[in-house]
Amino acid sequence: MNIHEYQAKALLRSYGMPVPEGRAATTTDEAIAAARALDAAVTVVKAQIHAGGRGAGHFADRPEGKGGVRLARSIEDVADAAEAMLGSVLVTRQTGPAGRLVRTLYVESGCDIARELYFSMLVDRSTGRLVIVASPDGGMEIEEVAANTPERIFKESIDPAKGLCDYQSRDLAVRLGLKGREIRAFQNVVRAAYTAFTGLDAAIVEINPLVVTGAGDLLALDAKMSFDDNALFRHPALAELRDENEEDPREREAAEYGLAYVGLDGNIGCMVNGAGLAMATMDIIKMEGEEPANFLDVGGGASKERVAAAFRILIADPKVRGILVNIFGGIMRCDVIAEAIIAASHETGLNVPLVVRLAGTNVERGKALLAESGLTIIPADDLGDAARKIVSAVRNAGA
Amino acid sequence: MSILVNSSTKVITQGFTGAQGTFHTEQAIAYGTRMVGGVTPGKGDSLHLGLPVFDTVRQAREATGADASVIYVPPAGAADAILEAIAAGIPLIVCITEGIPVQDMVRVRAALECSESLLIGPNCPGIITPDECKIGIMPGPIHRRGHVGIVSRSGTLTYEAVAQTSAIGQGQSTCVGIGGDPVKGMDFTDVLERMIADPDTHSIVMIGEIGGTSEIEGAELIRASGTRKPVVGFIAGATAPPGRRMGHAGAVITGGHETASAKIEALREAGIHVAPSPAELGTTLARVLG
Repeated sequence: MNIHEYQAKALLRSYGMPVPEGRAATTTDEAIAAARALDAAVTVVKAQIHAGGRGAGHFADRPEGKGGVRLARSIEDVADAAEAMLGSVLVTRQTGPAGRLVRTLYVESGCDIARELYFSMLVDRSTGRLVIVASPDGGMEIEEVAANTPERIFKESIDPAKGLCDYQSRDLAVRLGLKGREIRAFQNVVRAAYTAFTGLDAAIVEINPLVVTGAGDLLALDAKMSFDDNALFRHPALAELRDENEEDPREREAAEYGLAYVGLDGNIGCMVNGAGLAMATMDIIKMEGEEPANFLDVGGGASKERVAAAFRILIADPKVRGILVNIFGGIMRCDVIAEAIIAASHETGLNVPLVVRLAGTNVERGKALLAESGLTIIPADDLGDAARKIVSAVRNAGA
Repeated sequence: MSILVNSSTKVITQGFTGAQGTFHTEQAIAYGTRMVGGVTPGKGDSLHLGLPVFDTVRQAREATGADASVIYVPPAGAADAILEAIAAGIPLIVCITEGIPVQDMVRVRAALECSESLLIGPNCPGIITPDECKIGIMPGPIHRRGHVGIVSRSGTLTYEAVAQTSAIGQGQSTCVGIGGDPVKGMDFTDVLERMIADPDTHSIVMIGEIGGTSEIEGAELIRASGTRKPVVGFIAGATAPPGRRMGHAGAVITGGHETASAKIEALREAGIHVAPSPAELGTTLARVLG
């Protein structure tokens, strides 16, 4: 689960992270009131969407205009920025061409920046440990730094038996070129991030840039935080931070039924059991010359209700011109799947070609049920056969 | 011969009396797996499916001499169940549970490194040596005894590989589903080195997916071993967009080495025969075996 910058900053501040003063606003009046309350020489107005690259992005209605992070030196500047951003669509390199509607702004005090560092914490899958990643090249894309100057990325692995040791933070601070009291300040930043990360089951805490001010203080100028979905049950309070406006409605509906769904741009809807087989099914559709409309894993123990929900989501997608069901039954019995497909086809008024490939437990009974159903279901014997049949059915229907 | 499990492997179930534990233990018994008991805290000193129930893994291990434990405990308690099995000295632990918080697995991984135990999973179908020992949720009847070793991150794609090798008249020595989580127990290298050393495994099918770099490390191990056993590979997720998690917590592209194309290239460089499509795992193997 992702959250907004203003939410991440409030959370991190509660764990001791130094962040600039700021307030969220959903109207121009609120933005003005926030700026008045902050009373700073320079105010920054930042669009709140779940995507990076906001500053370098542009608004869909003004492709040549300014981006989603604007400096304001007066209340009038704040009002202009809020007016231009709220209710407009911000396009960044992470949003795709469709962009995201800006509903909330974060109005923050500007600060005097001497240096910009990069800092993040995440789980390193190769070692199975938490790792701190830091670089003296803050404010840039860390992927670019990693590709061009990998020697300027420093990593420090945290031993789960000992936990974070402050000397590790100080050692990193020195490698980053920090001096004097900046070293202890950096130690505090790492401690705050670590406490928040472990206390809230985060998936990532990223601060880019982490700035050193002219006065030698450290401040988290931007903050990104996301959480391990598998651990949300331990942190019910985090549910309040979810912004459903930032989520694909199809993915949200799918999640309610325990389905893993990712919307894509093609026209063949897929329903598969198992994530790897679902990806392989998408791949083979592409090899046959068409594009998958989605990734959809119905899971291991899918019920009739789940299969019906999966069908509804596929059929509701106007791009879908045909559906491929690929089930390799292990725990899942093919006869149960066949019954669910038949019921869902009747219920949803299926009006596109449907190819069904069943294999595994009770496959013969499943196939017989489909054949006797009276529905125009195209049966397939194996994965290759299924992909060829759905591609040809979609092309014939379109011709 | 086979790897890790065979007809003499004694197995207990953790989460024994729950719905999943009951169903899959019944299936394992029917398959011929040597099930010797199970664990459900609070239900010790009773019988379930004709087998003794214990309150703790330590008691179960002492009473039965179990060599392996399979875990069907729900996500919130699954990491603790693995830690309990490690503490009891169970040599092989297979965790089927999906959805364990990753920071729980960070603690498990640290405990594994200080122990002699091996972990398969979590979020995996398990391990099977056909006609001898089935530990997990895979459908038994699709397997046949033979000499192809199969290792995969994906459950149903493992079944696909099994069905396709069976269809060309080959059977399997041992099939291991290592699971789709980012922090887990055995990885490709751990399974592949055992398959390379196993005289009963004559060829190998390895099935990976996007995310992480463990397929690349597996390919490197195969190259460095100089094995003459033919290896067929496949990487799922060529069509997956970067940054989007594809079901498995670990199946997300966050860097250049994690894409399907980078992994396919690494497999090819190691002399692995990469199947052109997931429908051609069996035919590719048949061609390589000649």
